Amino acid sequence: MTAPVLRPAALRAAALRAAPGRRPPSPGRRILSPHDWGRRGTRYGWRGIHTALFAGLVLLGALPLIWMARAAVSTTTDLVQRPLALWPDPPMWSNLADAWNLLGIGQYLWNTVWLVAGSWVVQLIVAATAGFALAVIRPWYGRYVYAALLVTLFVPGTVTLIALYLTVLDLPGIGISIADTPWAVWLPAGAHAFNILLAKQFFDAIPRELFEAAQVDGAGWFTIFRRIVLPMSKPILAVISLLAIMTAWKDFLWPLIVLTDPALQPLSVALPRLAQNTDPAYLIAGLVIASVPPIIVFLAFQRQIVSGIGFTGLK
Amino acid sequence: MTSAPTRLPVPTTSPAGEAPRHPAPAAAPPRRRVPGMRRRASLAGLVFLVPALVLFGYFAWWPIARSVVLAFQQTNLVDPAEWVGWANFEQLFADPLLPTAALNTLWFAALSLLIGLPIPLFVAVAMSELRRGGALARVLAYLPVVIPPVVSVLLWKVFFAPGENGVVNSALGLVGLGPFPWLQSPELAMPSLVIVATWSGAGTAILIYLAALAGVSTELYEAAELDGASIWQRVWHVTLPQMRGVILVLLLLQIIGALQVFTEPYVMTDGGPANATVTVLLMIYRYAFLFGNYGVATALSVLLAVVLVIVSAVYLRLTRSWSSS
Repeated sequence: MTAPVLRPAALRAAALRAAPGRRPPSPGRRILSPHDWGRRGTRYGWRGIHTALFAGLVLLGALPLIWMARAAVSTTTDLVQRPLALWPDPPMWSNLADAWNLLGIGQYLWNTVWLVAGSWVVQLIVAATAGFALAVIRPWYGRYVYAALLVTLFVPGTVTLIALYLTVLDLPGIGISIADTPWAVWLPAGAHAFNILLAKQFFDAIPRELFEAAQVDGAGWFTIFRRIVLPMSKPILAVISLLAIMTAWKDFLWPLIVLTDPALQPLSVALPRLAQNTDPAYLIAGLVIASVPPIIVFLAFQRQIVSGIGFTGLK
Repeated sequence: MTSAPTRLPVPTTSPAGEAPRHPAPAAAPPRRRVPGMRRRASLAGLVFLVPALVLFGYFAWWPIARSVVLAFQQTNLVDPAEWVGWANFEQLFADPLLPTAALNTLWFAALSLLIGLPIPLFVAVAMSELRRGGALARVLAYLPVVIPPVVSVLLWKVFFAPGENGVVNSALGLVGLGPFPWLQSPELAMPSLVIVATWSGAGTAILIYLAALAGVSTELYEAAELDGASIWQRVWHVTLPQMRGVILVLLLLQIIGALQVFTEPYVMTDGGPANATVTVLLMIYRYAFLFGNYGVATALSVLLAVVLVIVSAVYLRLTRSWSSS
């Protein structure tokens, strides 16, 4: 599962090469063949399409963000007078610092990081332990538990929202409320069956001989988990981590409901509230500060993210 | 949490869907087993399952069961919940806002599909033919998805500022259009929200389509070309049929996601102007957290769940009969 899942195209190419009696396909061809590219009309037509494609991608993918960066360091007058400019005149570098201090962005950013980190840890622990139990230990009741876990994938989170909120207000059997604490975000984040599905499928593909050999050598389940499975599972743990972090960073509705105390709210909840009575330039500076960390993570891990999306439906 | 419906496993052409099934213990090949291992395995398995069982018990299974019960109860969080039968549903159906919200949500979903289905498909096909710059194109396409939804919604709220100095209006002014009132107009508010939602969601669809396109066998294209199929015939008769599975699943996920839209109407318009953008989820939110009427809010959630199930079932049935014909 490691390489094949993360690089299906490469695997398929290898399989095609290995298949006997097959003519190797022309390298790199898709719908258009080299012959098509050799025809002048087709070539110019597709160059035109591709130029339009890049123009559209830059216009919609990059320019709004460049505009946001420019607006964050512009004066309000400049924004009104030259709405389409991509360079500030005069540049107001102090906006970022002012927004940071006046709006308390630092606190909200820290809250976001804290909430994301906790959700990430909880999701990793749940996915790795449950995946290990279901794929490696394989108790007799494992498939019933797995089915019960997967069923939750078919119930949209918004449908159980109110009941989940009431649960958080008064944990059944314990009788305490975790609303307005980070736990209200961390713990429900762990109840995400898709992570377990990913972990289990990955662990399923590890040869069982490894575990049996370790058992013969006297290793217990915990040793097998820590010494064999976890070190071999870095690719899938990385995918789960990226999914967890990016989802948690984007989360809005749930923290809006359970974190009513502004001192705990993440940026995504605080920004719309601040937007109502803030100078636009400061607000946009806040938007930039909230966007920079995910953009950096994306650019740093874009290959893993892009190749991971094809099979996870990451959003 | 709220993104759960969009993260159902999407069957692509990658081998993920064909991963080894969990073999039933009885069907597993006979292995030399240490005596008593089965019992130890079931105990050890339980220990490792504790985090999942506790968290799913509290935050997934219990809320699902509780939703069904709560829809028939009245609770104020202080006194014990009181059984009220169908009263919550009756109150809901007496609310004149419900038809408006239902129609608005359907309108949002229809518009989202109208632009959210063909555009990513077309872009993905064009991108898969790129001989250079494919990586850059993918990054550009996915950048809007990376931005937190609240940020993109607030940013577009600025873009959609009415009057000649709004960003979108100035851009359209360059080609002699507008200015339009966008979020201030009952007719344009919903399409504006759809533009924002599509902007921040299309990148995912594009990348999933690209992965599916990479899985279409080159030999099919070569065979079609040998048979004299033109480029567009190849797209129409080879590419699209090969991608049908992915397209159909993604379409269903888009419908399910669109029916639960919340962030855009809540942050951009708060349901206005003149209730033109009140959606079902916004109503649920208001019933629960503005009016404190958790019973009615849950009743509406349950109704929404029923609609989602019906939509999925009908959809799967329809698409199955298409595939067989």
